[in-house]
Amino acid sequence: MAGIRVLLGKCTGCGLCVTSCPFQCITLVNDKAVIGEDCRLCGVCVEGCPTRAIEVEREERRVDLSEYRGVLVFGEQRRGIVSPVVYELIGKGRELADKLGENLNCVILGGDLKAQAADLATYGVDRVYLFNSPLLADFRDDPYTQILTSLVREIKPRIFLIGATSIGRSLAPRIATKLRTGLTADCTGLDVDSEGNLIQTRPAFGGNVMATILCPNHRPQMATVRYKVMRKAERNPQRVGQVIIRGVEDKILDRTRIKRVLTETEEVSITEAQIIVSGGKGLGNPEGFKLLKELAEALGGAVGASRLVVDEGWIPYRHQVGLSGKTVRPKLYIACGISGAVQHLAGMQTSDVIVAINKDPSAPIFKVADYGIVGDLYEVVPEIIKLVKKLGDRL
Amino acid sequence: MRIIVCIKQVPGTTEVQIDPETGTLRREGIEAIINPLDMHAIEEGLRLKEKYGGKVSALSMGPPQAEKALREALALGCDEAFLLSDEAFAGADTLATAYTLACGISRIGPYDLVLCGLKTTDGDTAQVGPGLAEELDIPHMSYVRRIVDVDGGSIAVERSIEDSYEEVEATLPCLLTVTKEINVPRLPSFRRKMEARRMPVTVWSAQDCGGERSRSGLEGSPTRVVKVSPPPPRPGGEILMGDPKSQAEVLIQRLRERRIL
Repeated sequence: MAGIRVLLGKCTGCGLCVTSCPFQCITLVNDKAVIGEDCRLCGVCVEGCPTRAIEVEREERRVDLSEYRGVLVFGEQRRGIVSPVVYELIGKGRELADKLGENLNCVILGGDLKAQAADLATYGVDRVYLFNSPLLADFRDDPYTQILTSLVREIKPRIFLIGATSIGRSLAPRIATKLRTGLTADCTGLDVDSEGNLIQTRPAFGGNVMATILCPNHRPQMATVRYKVMRKAERNPQRVGQVIIRGVEDKILDRTRIKRVLTETEEVSITEAQIIVSGGKGLGNPEGFKLLKELAEALGGAVGASRLVVDEGWIPYRHQVGLSGKTVRPKLYIACGISGAVQHLAGMQTSDVIVAINKDPSAPIFKVADYGIVGDLYEVVPEIIKLVKKLGDRL
Repeated sequence: MRIIVCIKQVPGTTEVQIDPETGTLRREGIEAIINPLDMHAIEEGLRLKEKYGGKVSALSMGPPQAEKALREALALGCDEAFLLSDEAFAGADTLATAYTLACGISRIGPYDLVLCGLKTTDGDTAQVGPGLAEELDIPHMSYVRRIVDVDGGSIAVERSIEDSYEEVEATLPCLLTVTKEINVPRLPSFRRKMEARRMPVTVWSAQDCGGERSRSGLEGSPTRVVKVSPPPPRPGGEILMGDPKSQAEVLIQRLRERRIL
């Protein structure tokens, strides 16, 4: 395998690397470690080797990183409404900027956003860069990429955070490619080390593992961040930032055109709901969601679902909770007939309180549940509905 | 229409287990498949060809065994297949992958449309498609659930954007990343499967692809995975005993104590 080598003189054949390799690609041949072709050069074996017998050969590019300072947050908006993930990015961005002793700035692009920019400046942001132009009212990748790339080249942020929304996931890779810097998708954890490196954590392999990712030699360090994972920023009237209005050229590259907006769903989105009642294969059939809907309505919540039942077509995709669906963080999550595959757990385990109802006492969902009920959901849920309704009558 | 579909070979399941003792992934006996969303990209490419004529080329970057995935693409009806395979490509992150694919596409020749699955089941980043479009300096549209029309020099699609949809149009050439709503992929016919066995899969090395060596593989990758660890555990909970009625009663009591209700 190129890029990594075993120093045969140092390797004692202890086999620790064989068990530590997350990709299971190290074998012992004649008591020496041999690294297979599946190696992803993650370096886990290098750290774990007691005799320092494994080396990753990296030719690091030295770039002057010292010019890059501060944290920049992309202030995504749709139809003049700032996306809720932006307040979470500001909350996290402020924490990182304070740790670094640097500024937190935000950039917002749109048709007429003076009021929104002034409002964002009250959330503990040092500067809000505002690009106002009718050309920018609706999100299109080309003009947004061009403007954000030039701003980054000018103000040189150390860290650039973007929400992992459909807009952010489309836009961020274009900007990172243009800047030739690193981008980590869907982060659930962010911190900085003493050298100002952004320590990025994200679920990998369907949530089976958490990967820690660095971008040591390139700036800015870019990350998209999952919604409903970081704590929201609070308004801080003592510390109001400056709004800097920037001009927008009339002639700007734009190869896409929005012809029309098709539908806007009326239901409460599961990412916004405070209470979620979710169903999985244990419902037995699509009709089971009627019962869950009744409970959700009684509680004033929304209905969620596991990937299995969405794939079966029992309920539309927008209800899907999990890595391949939405991450949710409600006050109360009630999982009914959901076994709890890791990819589902990764999307809901930061909920404040988790209740699991399942026939199988060994279902993994019980490992994350605050309250577990082993039983038939068709017997238990109606009892809960009765009590919730009684409670509602009394209030 | 000249269409290039980018595909990736991935492990056949993401429901892998962690060995509680060693903390490593159990990956034994998992077969490699075409990334499921890429199957939808292939299908859409074939449908466009059936409607407008032209040619569909399948392209992948990966180890030599990824040839199997490309042969499956041929069996489904793709006209030709290219594998970018070289030790110099190993350890690529999304930036380096997009660069190498862009080199491969330039080598294939002129095209109207590049199709990709929205994301892969193993990397799960959704970053390679848009990054590739930027490398190729063409527009892209993500989360495409339907192609509305292809007309002269432009293509109109429906894309999902948060909880709604938009009809968007872009000039050709263009790149689309597609969701599973776009179509139901076909199965390969027996005859086509037999034909695909004899069709060539062109393998290109780093030298064949051209481009700057320092921009592919590990060297061209700004990001580094420095640690892989199991997800943090959540503290254990309480199992509520009794018949359904008393279970429900205790639950409501607990939720009221915690001021959830």
